[in-house]
Amino acid sequence: MVRTESLTKIYDDGTVGIKDLSVDVTPGKLTSVIGPSGAGKSTFLRCINRLINPTSGKVFLGDIEITALNQKELVKARRRIGFIFQQFNLVERLTVLENVLAGRIGYHSLARTMFGSYPKEEVEMVTAIIDEVGLLDKIHTRVDNLSGGQQQRVGIARAVAQEPDVILADEPLASLDPKLSHQILGLLKQFNEKYKITVLLNIHDLEFAKIYSDYVLGLKKGEKVFWGPLSELSKEKVEFIYK
Amino acid sequence: MANIRELISKERIYVPKKHYSVLKLVLFSVFSVAFGAFFAYAFNKVNFSIPNLIKGLPNIPQIFSAMFKPDFNIMISKVLPELLITICTALVGTFFAALFAIPLSFAAASNLVSKKVARGISFLFNLGRSIDVLIYALIFVVAVGLGPFAGMLALAIHSIGMLGKLYAGSIEEIDKGQVEALVAAGASKLEVIRWAVIPQIIPSFINFTLYRFELNVRVGVVIGLVGGGGIGALLIQYMANFDYSKVGTILITILVIVMLIEFTSTRLRKQII
Repeated sequence: MVRTESLTKIYDDGTVGIKDLSVDVTPGKLTSVIGPSGAGKSTFLRCINRLINPTSGKVFLGDIEITALNQKELVKARRRIGFIFQQFNLVERLTVLENVLAGRIGYHSLARTMFGSYPKEEVEMVTAIIDEVGLLDKIHTRVDNLSGGQQQRVGIARAVAQEPDVILADEPLASLDPKLSHQILGLLKQFNEKYKITVLLNIHDLEFAKIYSDYVLGLKKGEKVFWGPLSELSKEKVEFIYK
Repeated sequence: MANIRELISKERIYVPKKHYSVLKLVLFSVFSVAFGAFFAYAFNKVNFSIPNLIKGLPNIPQIFSAMFKPDFNIMISKVLPELLITICTALVGTFFAALFAIPLSFAAASNLVSKKVARGISFLFNLGRSIDVLIYALIFVVAVGLGPFAGMLALAIHSIGMLGKLYAGSIEEIDKGQVEALVAAGASKLEVIRWAVIPQIIPSFINFTLYRFELNVRVGVVIGLVGGGGIGALLIQYMANFDYSKVGTILITILVIVMLIEFTSTRLRKQII
């Protein structure tokens, strides 16, 4: 579903984010991107939906070459790519429902989205997603009144509401304690399996990665040093990635 | 305790000398003398005189004593209606100021438009603010005649600059993460503004607008003095007649009402956040 060819990002100050990264992510599976901090995990994810524009190389989502799209086409293509943030990035003064409905914005005309009037059928779908993340009783609560774990569940619901082909989760656990981390990864895994959404998960904690992932992409100093099913990730390879 | 004094190696250390520039010293002396001279000249120009102050002081209690025997007969018939006009002037003036400042402030926020455009609009805001409200009042009195309409226009034009600048500042301070999330979900620029920027700025916009309204009530009084209608016009009329008890009535009423408005507005602003 997601494929990159020689993807490279060099920042304006000369820092190498990722270098010559080619990977063909297995569709419908959960892939963990692991590596020490500064390995380029976040740069990699942000290059895929072009929150950061790569310096060179290509990104494909199915048949669409993301890196070849103009701004207008890119806005459209982003609908099929959910993004989950470390700091949740919810619109804090809006309710749970309003935040999750934001995931539908790309599918509708400006006339509808300006007033937040979505088709009844979509409001029902979104409500069902909110129920699946266990927040139905909080649906009209402003998200700044929710706990960190609850906020991240809203973040997941918003990404799922996009009906995405792929969800990119950028260190979604960094602001959460271990118990909540299992909850969040459990939800991601659940949506991955139930709706066959490809998930790319940036995660620095290897123990969590080992429990939930099908595939692993190991990055080190911006380069791919491991790619394969979790079972092939030997102790030596882990040591090499983190050394 | 670490004994830094003894452990630190001081052998290679010398304290670098501070350098003075002769040119700077000369320039500084010349400037000091020139400024001192001008300062003395300024005192002379304002006819600064302690004896005159001492001679004049006894007049003040006289005025005050007249003011503290306020004439409340004019309260219902004159003071309150005129004060209401001043408050209405401030209200409508603030409304029009906000009406124009809101769209302009989006074009002045450097995180939404190019730096060039933002700087251009900010410059206009500053230009608008740099002209005193009394000047605007005089201009509009000439243009549309004496009365609250001229006062309202002056308040509106004068307030746009400050409101626009404050609004733009709060737009620039928004959490970028919320914007990024909407961008990532495939929202267009306008949709990002509607669902990520506006929810974040509403409290501070209301806050600033209420604050400007408070200010405009006070400024509105002064504008009345130069022909902008309302309580100020009444005030200057009584002042011209040396009718200090009526002046006192007005000043006390203004004080009470302005404090009341400020109190209410402050409470309201605290509620919003």
